[in-house]
Amino acid sequence: MSAAEHAAGPANSTEYIAHHLTHLKVGEGFWSLHLDTIFMSVLLGLVTLAIFYSAARKATVGVPGKWQAFIEMVVDVVDSTVKEVFHLDRSFLAPLALTIFVWVLLMNAMDLLPLDLPGKVASLFGIHYWRVVPTADANTTFAMSLTVLAVVLFYSVKAKGVGGYVHELFTAPFGGNPLLWIPNFLLNLVELLSKPVSLAMRLFGNMYAGELVFMLIALLGAGFFTWTIGSTVGFFGQFLMGTGWAIFHILIIVLQAFIFAMLTVVYTAMATEHH
Amino acid sequence: MDINATLLGQMLVFFFLIWFSWKFIWPPLTKAVEDRQKKIAEGLAAAERGQTELQSAHGEAQVIINAARDQAKKIVDQAHKREVEIVDEARSTAIEEGKRIVDGSRADAAQEKSRARDELRKDVASLAVAGASRLLQREIDPKAHADLIEQLAREIEGAKA
Repeated sequence: MSAAEHAAGPANSTEYIAHHLTHLKVGEGFWSLHLDTIFMSVLLGLVTLAIFYSAARKATVGVPGKWQAFIEMVVDVVDSTVKEVFHLDRSFLAPLALTIFVWVLLMNAMDLLPLDLPGKVASLFGIHYWRVVPTADANTTFAMSLTVLAVVLFYSVKAKGVGGYVHELFTAPFGGNPLLWIPNFLLNLVELLSKPVSLAMRLFGNMYAGELVFMLIALLGAGFFTWTIGSTVGFFGQFLMGTGWAIFHILIIVLQAFIFAMLTVVYTAMATEHH
Repeated sequence: MDINATLLGQMLVFFFLIWFSWKFIWPPLTKAVEDRQKKIAEGLAAAERGQTELQSAHGEAQVIINAARDQAKKIVDQAHKREVEIVDEARSTAIEEGKRIVDGSRADAAQEKSRARDELRKDVASLAVAGASRLLQREIDPKAHADLIEQLAREIEGAKA
């Protein structure tokens, strides 16, 4: 977590932070990819699947082992939480919530890795930029929230039919008067679009800010090897604040993952209710 | 915030994850949990059933034990009664037998006595005849003087008594 260990050594704090906020990017303009984000999210997605698939494959009716019991506990918590909010068939929504929760949790947890460690490992492979938290990339959070929007739209149409849903878009919440069709529609549009935006921005903002605070704390100890009193105090400051922030961040990691999964279920539940 | 094609890539990744956990992870896990719940419920019901069965078996056993006890008591009572009967019977049989023996002996004794008496009488008669013939120096016909001799014997007997 120490900036002092940085191999090439950034010229100053601004450069250090800017460097840490740069993605490994290929391509230009819109048609470019953040390879670090994609690699990390795919890796953690596979870890998520592996964890649950190994338990699912070995799931028996008999006495469960500790690992199976733990996985079943997670599944049961997600299932009962979804059940409380969403009263229709949840054979799709519950696994969706589980996937979001665990995947986001793992991606967020990457924030707890020592700040300079992933970059150091990447530099062994000749890569000089490597952001390790996929959820601190708006592309990931918006990809998820837009998918959630699609799920919400699907459930709206499924619950009310295409005609029913379009009718509701124009007649709720103010009423069916033709004069009110446009205001109704605009309001519904804002309501509909605010969902993915708030979902994505909430997660992105939290993780981005958390990452940034870790960088600022890391800078505290940057001058340790100048061996002055100030640098020594700064080093201990980094240790204490880094520890404190990491502990606090554990809460944020779990909370944000839970909020994303929960809001997905809530939005879907709202979409199936008739106005 | 740098929105680019990564968004599309992440969407594909997300689709795959959702599809996989929807198809291959969720169903077996929830099925295992539900099946186990069912199994546990069945087990609990079976345990309860066993408990009630045990209870009723206890009751039944008590009834059987009570019946057996009654019967045993009855048998013992009967045995007691029979014992008394047998003892009584034996006693009366013994008394009867004793009486019979005593009567028999008594009859024997009486018979013996009368026989002895008859013999004695005969002896006395012959003695008397012998004595008288000696006295008279001649033969007496015992038949001719039977009455006389009989009387004499009776007198002797009477004197002896």
